[in-house]
Amino acid sequence: MTNRVGIVIVSHSPDIAKGTADMVHQMVGDEVPLAWTGGNAAGGLGTDVNRIISAIDAAWSERGVAVLVDLGGAETNSEMAIEMLPPERGDRVVVCNAPVVEGAIMAATEAWGGADLTAVRRAAEEAGSA
Amino acid sequence: MPTLDCRTLERPVIDRQLFERLVVAVARRIIAASDTLSELDRTIGDGDHGINMRRGMEAVLAGREMVLDLAFGQALQAIGHQIVGSVGGASGPLVATWFLTLGRNWPQSGTDLPIDAFEAALQAVKARGRSDVGQKTLIDVLAPVTEAIKSGLACRELGGLANRAAEATKPMLATRGRAAFLGDRSIGHMDPGACSVALMIETAAGLLAKAEERMA
Repeated sequence: MTNRVGIVIVSHSPDIAKGTADMVHQMVGDEVPLAWTGGNAAGGLGTDVNRIISAIDAAWSERGVAVLVDLGGAETNSEMAIEMLPPERGDRVVVCNAPVVEGAIMAATEAWGGADLTAVRRAAEEAGSA
Repeated sequence: MPTLDCRTLERPVIDRQLFERLVVAVARRIIAASDTLSELDRTIGDGDHGINMRRGMEAVLAGREMVLDLAFGQALQAIGHQIVGSVGGASGPLVATWFLTLGRNWPQSGTDLPIDAFEAALQAVKARGRSDVGQKTLIDVLAPVTEAIKSGLACRELGGLANRAAEATKPMLATRGRAAFLGDRSIGHMDPGACSVALMIETAAGLLAKAEERMA
């Protein structure tokens, strides 16, 4: 299972993050490492760096992890989270510039097919321009 | 009138007691203003800026004993970590990046104000937000304040300058941050992030100016 790129979904809303993960899971089953996080440390809408770090750890793959985010804070908090990882891990995690639902599904199907991190990210980002 | 400026922010000029007063005063100022900040954010954003910043400042207040004895640069970084772990909104990573970068670049010795560290912190916030001046964000306060620090403006002048810079975000069109979704409707309202940062600077610079006057 860990020979596939992992996917992390980060939304301000836990409902959106979980719902997106459900849709991804329906497409690729358990064969792609997948984790989601949503909401801030106080349980409201927002994102939380420590939870993002935990999600990356949960979806960790030696081939890297692609992170799908929704709005501004999810992106900046994900970037902070990546910088706070040990460097040997941080170098293998990317934030995709893609819509969270379409991007996650495109990225996960690409990862399921065995693509590397660069190709997974490209697939996600092409979902935004399709 | 004593004009000792902010050039000697190095300890022991900022001793433990003054550092604690700075931390407490800045945090309480933001906590007291949190409803106003959320109200500004309700107008042009998602309405959670005040509560997010409040949570961050409560974390800083609660954790201050852990940072007060650290070297100043490390203390600033520790505050950055407390903010990033607690705020949860878009301003969390931006404000935290400022503290982390300032702390990381703070020299271990010397009595001159490390203007390079302030410049590095500003550039890091710009990079983190992929933003620059004129986009109706906290950068519109941080940039002129950084310039003023570099040019040696006295502490007692900094608060006014920061407030005027926040005020100047009102007529701006937001092109970054949540307010950018509003387009023209963002015009006429102060950016909440700019307001927060101005309040923090006004509070800190005001306290430092008073401390300087006492020492002079």
